[in-house]
Amino acid sequence: MRHTLAVLVENNPGVLARVAGLFSRRGFNIDSLAVGRTESPDVSRMTIVVEGDERVLEQVNKQLHKLVDVIKINDITADEYVDRELVLIKVNADPAQRGEVMQIADVFRARIVDLGRKTVTLECTGNDGKINAFEESLRPYGIKELVRTGKIAMLRGTKYTGLQENGD
Amino acid sequence: MEITAAQALVKCLEKEQVEVIFGYPGGAILDVYDALYHSPIRHVLVRHEQGAVHAADGYARATGKVGVCMATSGPGATNLVTGIANAYMDSIPLVVFTGQVPTSQVGTDAFQEVDITGITIPVTKHNYLVKDAVQLPRIIKNAFHIAATGRPGPVLIDLPRDVAQTRIKFDYPDSVNLRGYKPTYRGHPNKIAEAARLIGSAARPVIYAGGGILNSKASRELLTLAETINAPVTNTFMGLSSFPGDHPLFLGMLGLHGTRAANLAVTNCDLLIALGARFDDRVTGKLAEFAPNATVVHVDIDPAEIGKNVQVHVPIVGDVKQVLRELLSRLEKKQDTSWLEQIEAWKKQYPLVYRRGEGELKPQYVIEKLNEINGGNAVVVTDVGQHQMWVAQYYRFKRPGSLISSGGLGTMGFGLPAAVGAQIGLPGELVILVTGDGSIQMTMQELGTAMEQELPLKIIILNNHVLGMVRQLQQVYCDSRYMAVEFKFHPDFETLARAYGIKSYTLRTEKEVDQLLPEALGSPGPVLVNCLVCAAENVNPIVIAGKAISEAVDC
Ligand SMILES: Cc1cc2nc3c(=O)[nH]c(=O)nc-3n(C[C@H](O)[C@H](O)[C@H](O)COP(=O)(O)OP(=O)(O)OC[C@H]3O[C@@H](n4cnc5c(N)ncnc54)[C@H](O)[C@@H]3O)c2cc1C
Ligand SMILES: Cc1ncc(C[n+]2csc(CCOP(=O)(O)OP(=O)(O)O)c2C)c(N)n1
Ligand SMILES: [Mg+2]
Repeated sequence: MRHTLAVLVENNPGVLARVAGLFSRRGFNIDSLAVGRTESPDVSRMTIVVEGDERVLEQVNKQLHKLVDVIKINDITADEYVDRELVLIKVNADPAQRGEVMQIADVFRARIVDLGRKTVTLECTGNDGKINAFEESLRPYGIKELVRTGKIAMLRGTKYTGLQENGD
Repeated sequence: MEITAAQALVKCLEKEQVEVIFGYPGGAILDVYDALYHSPIRHVLVRHEQGAVHAADGYARATGKVGVCMATSGPGATNLVTGIANAYMDSIPLVVFTGQVPTSQVGTDAFQEVDITGITIPVTKHNYLVKDAVQLPRIIKNAFHIAATGRPGPVLIDLPRDVAQTRIKFDYPDSVNLRGYKPTYRGHPNKIAEAARLIGSAARPVIYAGGGILNSKASRELLTLAETINAPVTNTFMGLSSFPGDHPLFLGMLGLHGTRAANLAVTNCDLLIALGARFDDRVTGKLAEFAPNATVVHVDIDPAEIGKNVQVHVPIVGDVKQVLRELLSRLEKKQDTSWLEQIEAWKKQYPLVYRRGEGELKPQYVIEKLNEINGGNAVVVTDVGQHQMWVAQYYRFKRPGSLISSGGLGTMGFGLPAAVGAQIGLPGELVILVTGDGSIQMTMQELGTAMEQELPLKIIILNNHVLGMVRQLQQVYCDSRYMAVEFKFHPDFETLARAYGIKSYTLRTEKEVDQLLPEALGSPGPVLVNCLVCAAENVNPIVIAGKAISEAVDC
């Protein structure tokens, strides 16, 4: 099963290498990892999507906790959360096909961010499922280049996974 | 007043009450050595950086303090890596300093630059590259704290030369605040109560005690537990010396080369009480048949060890000494049972045996004699190989912490430098190194360190002219096709000893051992005893790879 972990880490140099190294060294499978600053400048947040059964996840959790730079780990898989990912896709579209591509973009609420002579570059945000569907719809036209940010996620409602204790 | 970060480093070590540093100098760490010039801290100059880190490791194991070592950048730093990994695997607290090229050159493949923090991420508990001199005292404070607390381990601090030269205002913090590092010491009371209930109702309990008992200095509590509930005790290799080797409840070591009694007891128990032990593959053999009928209680300070290899029914995260104290307060005395009769029967039926008097000196005999001569009271350091296993099997340890050996990494060459560190930590004690003819040649340059420091080490080489442990593996797994295990040349160890000014003996027979070993161990200075032992001897019993530990065989 896939799990989504929200991991708060010290914003120290090398912390990404420590986390990534841990996953590869212990044979844990990362689906995606997105990292960036949080509301506190000295804390970064990693959203890690990892594949594995209960036992694997328990080890992932415990081994991550052993890293001194890891402050807090939340497995939010079972919680209500919003998740988003952003994708940029450069797709073949000569002038004759552009209309169709734009219609697809419309359906997915994607935006055109660049136009070339024979290509269109689109930006789309959404959850995993939506991004996958978007990608599939564009595939027949010939995808020249694709880049995804990896997923970021946040609990719904008043619950949060930040440093402070939860209010509820 | 402002001082350089290098001077601050030395002051921090003084504040941490560091008595001795094992090290080897070089350009990138010049400033630190310059600062040491005025310090009362003893610096032990080794002959190779691997020696420095193993010596710090041996010192830490012998004294229970944090071992400290240092080396220069590049090759100095990489020479430390094996020893850092060794300490990491065996949970030994070290603080390791390395010099680094100036910050402006970091990342440019500068002369003697190596990314030592990158290299050691997988083998340190934590490490630091110091970029801001002002942070150094806090980093050192944190490093000692991290190394010594929770599950101990090595911490490395890499110090670029320009940072070492930067002047700072010295202020040593007196507390640590690491929000990502908060070890748990007290076990959960409900879990402890559950463990107590299970112990109360168990018919066939076994205590499986590991290195965590020694980390936690919980030998007394272990003994009280065993005697209160009348349960037999087996030790992991790393746990040896935590329980008296001659106690009637002692089963000996379990696992790959464990006693049959220990392995049978674990296989047949209904309650396995695992204390500071990590279910290593050398211990469990085929996992599905390890303690197959047992409810498992596991006490460990590292939550990640619980449930890692074996399913645990009662997990207790905490310091084993504290947990045992709480547990004991909830236990009632249990009487002798038929289970102990069964254990006794196994012990009688399957003693450790070897054949004597085949015209050759048997290595096991030498260990038995060592044990006899000092009554199990020496500090025994070993190297890695068959000789190490014979020490585990035939030496009856009496004092907690008196076995110093490389268990997790199995590092040949650990022995001599670790013995140097142990003897420096315990100057008044009898420190015996039991090594092999292969292992000693990996780090024998440290004989120079031992002599320079005037250490009265007793070095026993069980010289079988072969990499015995690998020879045995080839006999078992490669149909006796012996490849690259026999030494066709050895130095004359007596001459070698003489070159260093060490008194030496060569022993060839039981009679010579009887006559001369007591004299050798009794002499005041350093001694090297070259025991020419039978080359064909195997460590028995042995559990063949993939088999259950109950299926041990002799080979
Ligand atoms: C050639 C060779 C053969 C070997 N054969 C055998 C064999 O037959 N049998 C055998 O047992 N070993 C054998 N070993 C050793 C083996 O490789 C392991 O090193 C050993 O089994 C590990 O011992 P341990 O489980 O006690 O763990 P250690 O490595 O000593 O780990 C200590 C455990 O205690 C925990 N701990 C630390 N501090 C505390 C505390 N304060 N409170 C609570 N818990 C704490 C740690 O988290 C860890 O889980 C052999 C090694 C070699 C080189
Ligand atoms: C650094 C290192 N290299 C290789 C090994 C593999 N190895 C394990 S035991 C052994 C033989 C040890 O020989 P010796 O020191 O003579 O001891 P003996 O087994 O003969 O008692 C070897 C090569 C090791 N453990 N460590
Ligand atoms: Mg040998």
